[in-house]
Amino acid sequence: MTLAVEAIDLRRTFTSRSGTFRRTRKDVEAVKGVSFEIAPGELFGLLGPNGAGKTTTIKMLITLLIPTSGRANVLGHDVVHDVREVRRRIGYVFGGDRGLYERLSGLDNLRYFSELYGVPPREQKKRIGELLELVGLTGREGERVEGYSRGMRQRLHIARGLLHDPDVFFLDEPSIGIDPVGARELRATIAGLREQGKTVLLTTHYMFEADELCDRIAVIRSGEIVAEGTPAELKGLVSAGRVLEVETYGIGDEAVAARAQSAAYAPSWSRSAASCRCWSSRASPAPRSPSRCWRSWGRRVSVGSATATRRWRTPMSSW
Amino acid sequence: MTRLRQLVVCFWLQFKILLFSPFEGFSAVVFPLMFATAALLVYRVNGDPEAMLYAGIGAAAMGIWTSQTVSATTLVQRERRAGTLELVVAAPTPFSLVLLPITCAMATIGLYSVLATILWDWWLFDIALHIENWPVFVLSILMATVTIALFGFLLSVSAVRYRTSWALGAALEYPGWLLCGFVVPLDLLPDVLRPISRALAPTWAVEGMRAAAAGKSARGDLAICGAVGPAYAALAGWLGVRLINAARRDATPALS
Repeated sequence: MTLAVEAIDLRRTFTSRSGTFRRTRKDVEAVKGVSFEIAPGELFGLLGPNGAGKTTTIKMLITLLIPTSGRANVLGHDVVHDVREVRRRIGYVFGGDRGLYERLSGLDNLRYFSELYGVPPREQKKRIGELLELVGLTGREGERVEGYSRGMRQRLHIARGLLHDPDVFFLDEPSIGIDPVGARELRATIAGLREQGKTVLLTTHYMFEADELCDRIAVIRSGEIVAEGTPAELKGLVSAGRVLEVETYGIGDEAVAARAQSAAYAPSWSRSAASCRCWSSRASPAPRSPSRCWRSWGRRVSVGSATATRRWRTPMSSW
Repeated sequence: MTRLRQLVVCFWLQFKILLFSPFEGFSAVVFPLMFATAALLVYRVNGDPEAMLYAGIGAAAMGIWTSQTVSATTLVQRERRAGTLELVVAAPTPFSLVLLPITCAMATIGLYSVLATILWDWWLFDIALHIENWPVFVLSILMATVTIALFGFLLSVSAVRYRTSWALGAALEYPGWLLCGFVVPLDLLPDVLRPISRALAPTWAVEGMRAAAAGKSARGDLAICGAVGPAYAALAGWLGVRLINAARRDATPALS
């Protein structure tokens, strides 16, 4: 079976130059060896914060950027060499209210992109009508886009991306800047795509959106995939670990760091499962009653100094 | 056939965009007339009807040049600002075939400016065109329009790398009037500028218009014009491919 999308050790470095007379060159590695596979008909999410490399990854897959190294295939076609073949088979929609000709009507926008994407003339009218129905813009298609709300524009974008009936659909943060009702309608539209058998790659930084829509999710951070699995698997990984915030009083940094490294005082913790979000220490003692800590956080842990008070905080209900 | 339909539909939709722009519409309608007025007022001082005819034909071509160069250099920038540049680049249609209908739409606005200027000259300055060879004159106008459009096409592709390309359009506007001999005879230009004038297709198109108006043979002028125009298109197509490859490889020019 041919995979819908296959990314193998994709890397992308951007070079920026600054300075007027003495030019300095700086390389920024935006994507650092990203690999994943998407099966046909799957809705795959790329979840991560801003600047994580989601858009750069998607731009390599839709042929707008050439990878610095690594390779990627879409429906078996190489994204660097088989550009035309890839472009014929993919749809691309990005978030925000740009990407449309404001002075044209929604219908004219769709007609224009139908021509550019090679939709046969005989099919255009029927296809545009179906898509307007799908995205809920029937009856508003004759109005100029400059009068559309952001949600309407985004739905028109989706219709535009689907004009040539692509097999693989790339959605780059489609719900960004849309109000909750618009975003819900958009998510319903995206869920509808999966029901139609489309392969969808969705990038988002909204966890609930990825959870609601995606069959599988890859979490990307600083250009690297740090976790991958079904939403249930990823949630399972998180609940198996502990997010810990420790505030210390009257103990030196070295002692705190040593404890954090060894994690010996908490045998139920393993290094792989636990993540220590914040270790901070205050050099000056700030007396606080141990019992208060006990009440506040439900657990008090001795680190080895009789004078020390620890505050442990974890958001996990299981803790 | 499909490609032709694509060009026609895209041309029409881009033409609609240009028509719906109040500012661009105003400038396209009024500016050529103002330029023609200024040129003809200067020439009228001598009271020479031949000089007025010379300036009248040149002023008509000035409008196309102005509408093409200024808008062509900002063409890609406008697409980038609208967020559509990425989308048209990512389309299976070659980028040059995306830009061609847009430049043709701009050329149509330029064609209007020729006709409007000729009528303006006649109405305000009593310059009646005594054309000896109307078919050749019309052909010359069409060739001027098309070749200036192709020059605009070349400019738009060349300027894609620069976000401040609009300044290039403004900078080319007035030198182009001189270099193409619209209102000043080429003989008055320094020798060093002559090769530049000869490399510009509009120079030959305007020469053809003047020759047709005077009843002389315009064949040579139009032949050169017809050769230089497609050369612009070929060069623009080649540059377009190179620039898009550069955008994919180096992420400059940025497409968004």
